[in-house]
Amino acid sequence: MAGLGPTGGRAARTYAGRGPLLILPAWVIIGIFLVLPILIMATYSFLTKEFRGGVIWEPTLAAYDQFFFDRGLFGDEQPKIEWTYILIFWRSIWQAGLATLLCLLIGFPTAWFIATRPAHSRTVWLFLITVPYWVNLLIRTISMKFLIRDNGPMNQWLLNAGLIDEPIHIINTNLAVQLGLFYSYLPFMVLPIYAAVERYNFALSEAAADLYASRWVTLTQVIIPVVKPGIIAGCILVFVPSLGAFLAPDLLGGAKNFMIGSLIEEQFKGAAGNWPFGAAAAMILLSMVLIVLIVYARNQDRESA
Amino acid sequence: MAEDQGDIAVDIDHVTKRYGDFTALADVSLAIRSNEFFTLLGPSGCGKTTLLRCIAGFEDITLGAIRLYGDNIVDLPPNKRPVNTVFQQYALFPHMDVTRNVMFGLLRLGQSEAAARKRAGEVLDLVQLTQFADRLPAQLSGGQQQRVALARALAPNPKVLLLDEPLSALDLKLRQAVRLELQQIQQETGITFIFVTHDQEEALTMSDRIAVISDGRLQQIGTARDIYEEPDNKFVADFIGETNLIDVTVAGIDNGQATCTLPGGNHFTCPAAQGAHSGRGHLSVRPERVSLSDPAQGLLTGTVSRLIYLGTDMHVDITLTDGEVVTARVQNSAGTRIPAMGETIGLNFEAGAARLLID
Ligand SMILES: Nc1ncnc2c1ncn2[C@@H]1O[C@H](COP(=O)(O)OP(=O)(O)OP(=O)(O)O)[C@@H](O)[C@H]1O
Ligand SMILES: [Mg+2]
Repeated sequence: MAGLGPTGGRAARTYAGRGPLLILPAWVIIGIFLVLPILIMATYSFLTKEFRGGVIWEPTLAAYDQFFFDRGLFGDEQPKIEWTYILIFWRSIWQAGLATLLCLLIGFPTAWFIATRPAHSRTVWLFLITVPYWVNLLIRTISMKFLIRDNGPMNQWLLNAGLIDEPIHIINTNLAVQLGLFYSYLPFMVLPIYAAVERYNFALSEAAADLYASRWVTLTQVIIPVVKPGIIAGCILVFVPSLGAFLAPDLLGGAKNFMIGSLIEEQFKGAAGNWPFGAAAAMILLSMVLIVLIVYARNQDRESA
Repeated sequence: MAEDQGDIAVDIDHVTKRYGDFTALADVSLAIRSNEFFTLLGPSGCGKTTLLRCIAGFEDITLGAIRLYGDNIVDLPPNKRPVNTVFQQYALFPHMDVTRNVMFGLLRLGQSEAAARKRAGEVLDLVQLTQFADRLPAQLSGGQQQRVALARALAPNPKVLLLDEPLSALDLKLRQAVRLELQQIQQETGITFIFVTHDQEEALTMSDRIAVISDGRLQQIGTARDIYEEPDNKFVADFIGETNLIDVTVAGIDNGQATCTLPGGNHFTCPAAQGAHSGRGHLSVRPERVSLSDPAQGLLTGTVSRLIYLGTDMHVDITLTDGEVVTARVQNSAGTRIPAMGETIGLNFEAGAARLLID
């Protein structure tokens, strides 16, 4: 089982006798809030669209056809791949990946810093990390837009400090989207890594130093492998919502930097929408996320075997 | 071996370690000889681990110097010191198998993968873990993990091996077996061992020499025999084994022999620890060295106030007239007269069995 600690398997066995009953509430919740909505969406993706939103209960593959192919797959002509949506997908993966990397580069030292403070001040630091997240995501994203625009405070400050001669153009670029995603999801990186580092046995670093390892070797060969589950959990928790995000790309990226989340969002907004197409795009996104998770779980299993 | 001075492997020279206001080590000086099995013994919190960590380089010392074969190493970081540690909780790398754990230090020293693997095989053979070479630490028992920790620290062939209570997590049987193994390995490899324990039996049975530490201060250094038979002060006498501390008045000390007056007025001459002085003082007499006799023939007299049956022998507590309690350990063999509760009896011990302590 992926994600379980070393004792996970043993605990599962101990409770095996009473398992079905104890697990029932979890299954009910997963059923109602996870499986059912996905089934509804899967169904919608195979229905015919109605103008002004909504669907007609007539099964068709039209939505998937529209996603992948230019000329109809079922028409008379030779089918041709439609690249528009695939490119949007590819750009989304790329953007989410870079945002995840940014979160990791900033989040790991942050988590390390917090986890190595004395116990009582850790709580304060963790609290501080989460404070911005009490504000609505939309407002935070708009504030970000204000901060980074050409004549915004960030550029003003850099100009005044003499570090740059003319404003850095960030707004409506890929970088702006990555910054927005980074800011939106940083705690999801920090918290799991923090949890892993807090459990890290610092005697291992001493043992490494005792065995002639430099700080760099200790970091790359002992610390990172040992806290890896936290790092991977953090990456998944940032990557997955970044992939489907639409606020940051919409507000910070402009029209050129359209992402999959915005594409789906648009299909359900107003009269111009296309519900089956939106549902199909969402299903395709979901399958990709699942593939990533399954590959990860496979790797975990192979490592612990 | 104790008589042979040999090279000094580790020279702890007036080392003081403070944490803020708290003094964990107060002016400790020790010279540990090459190839020696040296033990740091003391109660919990006395500073044993602190001293070991200062030698390994995990703590900076406040004052003094630590020399390794003559070179001052206090400014070297831990990864530059040619000493290895067996940690109290082993600290094995959980993501590496046994072989990889043992190879770790060798690879850092620049050995090739093949050479390191070969050496790891040899060391695992030494600690009899060859068949577990592919396991992860979590798949080993406590005793096996302990031996991996030992193998990992031995593999780079350090000049000095530091062991911080490596046996404390093992059960009694295993501990006794591993003790013998450790001694054997020390003799085979010729590496200087600095071994930390708070278990006096462990210290007495394994070590060439022992340093007794209390409250960050060095109390006494010597062989097991020295420390047991000739303790310098009350702390050492009391901490190592059981002892009776008898209040005496010392008239004078001449040539290492103290003339003193025992409770009840008898005069007695016995060896004195170096540094003992006249006036009020304490004699240390081990319970097994106290014999019982008629009241008239005793150095001390008192009444039997407690009898504890211990199988092969018997604990007899005798309350002296001034209220002090002296314990005698009487062998439970044929012909020994076992006293009765409340009986008035005499106590005797030879001059060689008593020692005037530094007060
Ligand atoms: N980082 C530290 N800050 C403050 N005090 C410390 C620190 N480390 C140790 N001490 C104190 O120094 C003293 C000696 O600690 P040390 O760990 O050396 O004891 P020890 O002899 O190894 O005991 P034990 O047998 O319990 O392991 C203790 O009183 C401890 O509280
Ligand atoms: Mg200790």
